[in-house]
Amino acid sequence: MNVRLTRLLLALSALSVSATASAEQSLQLNLTRGVTNISNKVYDLHMLVFYICLAIGVIVFGAMFWSILRHRKSRGVKPATFHDNVKVEIAWTIIPFLILFAMAVPATITLIKMDDTSDSDISVLVTGSQWRWHYSYLEYDVEYQSIMATPREQIYGRLPQTENYLLEVDRPLVIPTGKKVRFLITSDDVIHSWWVPEFAVKKDANPGYINEAWTRVDEPGIYRGQCAELCGRDHAFMPVVVIAKEPADFEAWIRGEEERLRTAREEEQRLLSMQMSMDELMELGQQTYMAQCAACHQPNGQGIPGVFPGLAGVGVSVGDQQAHIDVVVNGARGTAMQAYRNTLSMRELAAVITYERNAWGNNTGDMVQAADIHHFIQGNQ
Amino acid sequence: MSTIVTDTHSAHDAHDHHDHHPKGIKRWLFTTNHKDIGTMYLWFSLIMFFVGGSMALMIRAELFQPGMQIVDPHFFNQMTTMHGVIMVFGAVMPAFVGLANWMIPMMIGAPDMALPRMNNWSFWILPFAFLIMLSSFFMPGGAPAFGWTFYAPLSTTYSTDSTALFVFSMHIMGMSSIMGAINVIVTIMNMRAPGMSYMKMPLFVWTWFITAFLLIAVMPVLAGVVTMVLTDKYFGTAFFDAAGGGDPVLFQHLFWFFGHPEVYIMILPSFGIVSAIIPAFARKPLFGYASMVYATAAIAGLSFLVWAHHMFTTGMPTFASLFFMYMTMLIAVPTGVKVFNWVSTMWRGAMTFETPMLFSLAFVVLFTIGGFSGIMLAITPVDYQYHDTYFVVAHFHYVLVSGAVFSIMAAAYYWLPKWSGVMYDTFLSKLHFWCSLISVNILFFPMHFVGLAGMPRRIPDYALQFADINAIVSVGGFLFGFSQLIFLAVCIKCALKKGEPAPAKPWEGAEGLEWTVPSPAPYHTFDVPPVIK
Repeated sequence: MNVRLTRLLLALSALSVSATASAEQSLQLNLTRGVTNISNKVYDLHMLVFYICLAIGVIVFGAMFWSILRHRKSRGVKPATFHDNVKVEIAWTIIPFLILFAMAVPATITLIKMDDTSDSDISVLVTGSQWRWHYSYLEYDVEYQSIMATPREQIYGRLPQTENYLLEVDRPLVIPTGKKVRFLITSDDVIHSWWVPEFAVKKDANPGYINEAWTRVDEPGIYRGQCAELCGRDHAFMPVVVIAKEPADFEAWIRGEEERLRTAREEEQRLLSMQMSMDELMELGQQTYMAQCAACHQPNGQGIPGVFPGLAGVGVSVGDQQAHIDVVVNGARGTAMQAYRNTLSMRELAAVITYERNAWGNNTGDMVQAADIHHFIQGNQ
Repeated sequence: MSTIVTDTHSAHDAHDHHDHHPKGIKRWLFTTNHKDIGTMYLWFSLIMFFVGGSMALMIRAELFQPGMQIVDPHFFNQMTTMHGVIMVFGAVMPAFVGLANWMIPMMIGAPDMALPRMNNWSFWILPFAFLIMLSSFFMPGGAPAFGWTFYAPLSTTYSTDSTALFVFSMHIMGMSSIMGAINVIVTIMNMRAPGMSYMKMPLFVWTWFITAFLLIAVMPVLAGVVTMVLTDKYFGTAFFDAAGGGDPVLFQHLFWFFGHPEVYIMILPSFGIVSAIIPAFARKPLFGYASMVYATAAIAGLSFLVWAHHMFTTGMPTFASLFFMYMTMLIAVPTGVKVFNWVSTMWRGAMTFETPMLFSLAFVVLFTIGGFSGIMLAITPVDYQYHDTYFVVAHFHYVLVSGAVFSIMAAAYYWLPKWSGVMYDTFLSKLHFWCSLISVNILFFPMHFVGLAGMPRRIPDYALQFADINAIVSVGGFLFGFSQLIFLAVCIKCALKKGEPAPAKPWEGAEGLEWTVPSPAPYHTFDVPPVIK
């Protein structure tokens, strides 16, 4: 608590002498300059408008405080009686108009540049869903999802919070430096907003529609952002992490990813005929459940009454197995339950369903194997 | 406005003889008297101010430190939603309607509002609307948790059943507002005293006149959009669902077509209040009365052409973004005219600093700061960085709390002696002002920084670099919240008639018909209209 108090006092003093203090401690008080040409232009525009406002503020508030100090009854002044001055009134209508015009010109130029997504080098489809991002490289055979990596123990105070608390993911998006990267942004459920402050890119992910944005990052590095549009319970827990690599490194990385995904798919086909033991299923199932399902259905399977259904002792997890597989694989239309067919492997699907049917005292004893999922999907088609 | 000369001695004789009304609860249930209804609106709004405020304190308590300590994220979302809904529809709007009810008839020399029975109804459906809204806390899944802006599909497919109650109570609030607005327009158009031409009306009447037209124009849009949410959720329509040929962004267009005029509904009457108070305590006529009227009308007109500046990140065509950016920047011109006029009114006046004046001066400065951040937000390319961060939260709290709410406080301190007949406790009122002024800035000013540094709004937990400023903001929040209890004490003392009897005109420089009747204002005023020369 003492540390907190000192930090609080430090922050207070930082506020009073704002700019100088912010250089000493890493307390950020202003917009980031960012790492792209566009983000620098946006920053300059921000400072331009800020200084114009500051100047107007000094003049207007200066006149007002001068009045408050000098034109007070206690000084024995006699009030003037003027109440109109057409010339002055025309002047302070026209001058602001001209100032606004001066702001509008650079703003227009920057906006037109930001909106020009043509001639991109690579494209990434960014899909938001409650509460994760899914990245798919259109030119490569690579896609994966990106989930917050901060453990719940840190959020609920059982472990100390680490440096990138809430701003870390299991699998960041990787992009090449010096290339125009186009983002195609959409959503599977509610509206999300994909935001990386250092790129000055923020675009809403609207379900059923695709938005475009782009960036060209010059410096390799790790850049962090968050979902910016309220998207339900875990809106705060949906970070964006982007790693920018030199083009050669990027190329090596993405080829490696393609290879990895290919072998994983082959492995999956091979494993279809293999039976997993209950322990294996439960272990993988618990892992998958905590990463994918616990945000809504809660770690104890109780759900949130009236919002997210419970799974412990009620519903599909203790009912018909095929119906259970159906809802996990295909989702439930008209609810927050999404389809996991494309986000999870068949082993993971089998494991998580087995886990749900046997955890929290459900104890149905049912085991679902990857082959069962495979048959179900085949039968569906 | 410059030459209000009144001939009211005949009107005075008529006072006090018609003071017949039922006693007890029946007086308040069945009243058609504009003063009773105004009083009820004002008390209702004060209660809602504390209800919504306690939700804000819950939000600030959770945000004091990083990590989840007090509430569940889902409940946090209920708090932000209900805080917004209650403050907008329960606190600020009813306060302005209450002021309109009390003051407009007295300012234009009318005996009452034009449609007194409708007036009764428009008030009495309000408490039920909020009972319905608040009862949703006891439903499974709790109250609405999709933000006061209730964006689809979070409010349709993905919401709990409290949405139905939300929609129903929104309908009732909308009806109440529309009826209130009709009443104001009919009263002003038909019941002005002889000689009170439009350009002699006090600015509070003018700003409310324009506000009422805004209300009538946009409340039906709100009613439409909540109905579409209801049918999307329960009756299989797909207005906002792409899978059925709809568009979730359509929701935002409809909502903000209501929502932007709505924010001016919450600030135009403030302009009227401040334009009454500053000349009174500067002892100098309002500078540029006519330009004030035209500026108000210009702001109201422009408010219909700027709605999509709330939606720059939704992916609009560049041309549309540019149009809405230019229109939004234009609003700075008439708003600037108003601020310049207020400062010119003070210029070479003979100012004194009674509590209403203090709140009005704070209003001018802090509202203008909110205006500056408004100009910054208008610049589309930079708005991409500000949008949905605490910078926006700072901006709209500057214009709504230190703007609209401060002006309502100023109005209360200006007219309380007229309403209650007693002079309030000056020491307490000044204490309230200074506590509010200091704490409101500790509360909202640092939000600018944390927003620029990249903290999104509507999150119950945040990254570590935002921790220090959030702690300061939370301290400011609690200080501001508890400072308002001083205001409650002042109001209760006045209601209990504890204090020196107030003269008919307690402020030396005050102008207007309301000061020609005794304090407290008799139950019926201006049965015989005054003559304005």
